Amino acid sequence: MSDNRRESSFVFTIDGVEVKAFSGQTIMEAADEAGVYIPRLCDHEGLRHQGSCRVCTVKAGGRSVAACTQPASPGQSVDNETASLTKMRRDLVEMLFHEGNHLCPICEASGNCELQAMAYRLDMTEATRFPYLEPCRALDASHPDIALDTNRCISCGRCIRASQDVDGKGVFGYVGRGIHRRVAVNGENLADTDAEAADHAMSSEVCPVGCIIRKRVGFVTPIGEREFDKGLIGHEIEEKRK
Amino acid sequence: MGDPRLIEIAPVTRVEGHGKVTIHLDGENNVDEARLHIVEFRGFERFIHGRLMWEVPVIVQRLCGICPVSHHLAAAKAMDMIVGVDQLTPTAEKMRRLMHYGQVMQSHVLHFFHLAAPDLLFGFGAPAEKRNIFEVLKEKPELAKRAVLMRKYGQEIIEATAGKKVHGTGAIPGGINRNLPLERRDHFLSTIDDMIEWARDALALARGYTLDNEEIVAGFGNFPSNYMSLVREDDGALDLYHGNLRALTSTGDVIFDQVPYTQYHERLVEEVRSWSYMKFPFIEALGPEAGWYRVGPLARMNTASFIDTPLANDAHKDLMGVTSGNPNNSTLANHWARMIEVLHCVEKIQDLLHDEDLQGDDLIVTGDRREEGFGVIEAPRGNLIHHYKVDQNDQVTYCNLIVSTTHNNEGMNRAVKDVAVKHLSGQPEITEGMLNHVEVAIRAYDPCLSCATHALGQMPLQVELFGADGHLLDTKAQCI
Repeated sequence: MSDNRRESSFVFTIDGVEVKAFSGQTIMEAADEAGVYIPRLCDHEGLRHQGSCRVCTVKAGGRSVAACTQPASPGQSVDNETASLTKMRRDLVEMLFHEGNHLCPICEASGNCELQAMAYRLDMTEATRFPYLEPCRALDASHPDIALDTNRCISCGRCIRASQDVDGKGVFGYVGRGIHRRVAVNGENLADTDAEAADHAMSSEVCPVGCIIRKRVGFVTPIGEREFDKGLIGHEIEEKRK
Repeated sequence: MGDPRLIEIAPVTRVEGHGKVTIHLDGENNVDEARLHIVEFRGFERFIHGRLMWEVPVIVQRLCGICPVSHHLAAAKAMDMIVGVDQLTPTAEKMRRLMHYGQVMQSHVLHFFHLAAPDLLFGFGAPAEKRNIFEVLKEKPELAKRAVLMRKYGQEIIEATAGKKVHGTGAIPGGINRNLPLERRDHFLSTIDDMIEWARDALALARGYTLDNEEIVAGFGNFPSNYMSLVREDDGALDLYHGNLRALTSTGDVIFDQVPYTQYHERLVEEVRSWSYMKFPFIEALGPEAGWYRVGPLARMNTASFIDTPLANDAHKDLMGVTSGNPNNSTLANHWARMIEVLHCVEKIQDLLHDEDLQGDDLIVTGDRREEGFGVIEAPRGNLIHHYKVDQNDQVTYCNLIVSTTHNNEGMNRAVKDVAVKHLSGQPEITEGMLNHVEVAIRAYDPCLSCATHALGQMPLQVELFGADGHLLDTKAQCI
């Protein structure tokens, strides 16, 4: 960040907590630096903001906005962890579970999965109220080092942005419209693309769920040492305030 | 001469999974036919197709909530073969063994004290409201407390090696994902002497019951059969984790011995019958009529040359002395055999806890990839076979499972008929207590009907009584 922007700092509040921000920062960026966690799924550090999952929705000036794309404003009052916003986020996460086949007990991403961790954080303690869509997409294991189980995809688009913006490749893209929109590979299957295991898009941190699978390393991390065995999702941000 | 009748016991209780028994009576109330039906269907062998090979040990363990470790380890052994590993690191093999001994211990304790003890302590014909673990707690509180603490010990061993008490992730293709920290080892060592003492007491209880009730035991599901289990390579000792296949006749003659389990399908055939979801395996060389066999704790006592832990070995000699060293054919002697295995497992756990390899960091090895893998283990209820094929993309293309309860299918059906003929034939009225005798015979095998059908869903067991014309006359259903 340039010195000019640093100099033009201002203060706003999130749930009554004073947060320092700089010109051009989004609400989420400022919140992260201040140790205030705003739940998110489609946003990821190092990737451009997309604002599509809406899990980061906050109330700013009485309006619902995506915290990952909305610039912070001086003196602004932002609501984050209110009962109604938490319920809205839980409903969104619940719908993501109902759209895919998220069988946590047998998924190698369990314990490292942001969707599962978000459900825990939002206290989603019961099975989804909606009928499961139960997609039946064939597992793509054609690539020697990577497999894709798109039945677990939540269409966050993080892999698309990582492949395009970081790897400069475009292995992934959206196809279809509306409820039928989903992430697909740019070819017959993954082996038909220029995807490589070293791509940022293929790293376990980019895919928030168990869709992009690094082959032959599943379950190597023991229970108790997985990412979210250490604490609720967002705990590393919240610990900055302690 | 009255009308023929049909009795249905549905569900059979204090077993794992759901099934029912049907008993056909002729016009003079004599038992014409008696069968154990498994009414659940699951299909794990099919829906595992297409899944990635390292997922398999985690997915297939969901067959069961009582012995998931057995499925987890059998599948992991098969995947070891797939990834080209014939020898694990000492830490990996010993961690897996520790997990397995904890599993067999807790499962046997669960069965003996929680499921079978009410029958043995209060009598097969005792009122139904008396035959449950709560009455055991009321009348034998110290015994029940030990049962709970022994099971807890076994479950904590599983948690320390697999990450969770039920459905963990410890075993992975080619090894294990953790070792045993010293503080966990010391925790287990602090009460191991209690476990040895309590296992010896439990063994004395099961032995005493069998010998004190010689007449009941001798006349209750006591019939000759073949026996099969893994035994240790070379010396034929009891080995619950690994070995070769040995099958003996009811008189102890060798049918086959030291057969690598990768050849199981050359020795065993699975027959399908229309009235059950559970298959009927038999030894191919003997044919379906003579080739059926039994597995489990008593079968292992019959097939093992000896046991490599001193206290259990003495107990093994003691048991085999009853039949002058020949196979013991008594269904109820399974309880005695089961408690010998609890003692063996506790002795093995004690030995392993003193082994520094458990704190090693060399956990995984790799090898040259293969397309077919076999994993066979001695689960609490008996021999367990997992067989897979995996393609070059790492996806499963074939799966065959033969679980302990499936091996025992014919044996359980014969026990059901034997007991039904002896206790129901010619009776003017069939009481609930009489029907419990049938369930006691099934229970002695500690069947897991969910495993046996690789099934999904809920299913207790029931008994049905049919008349000679095939009409259902009576049904007895119990809730667990």
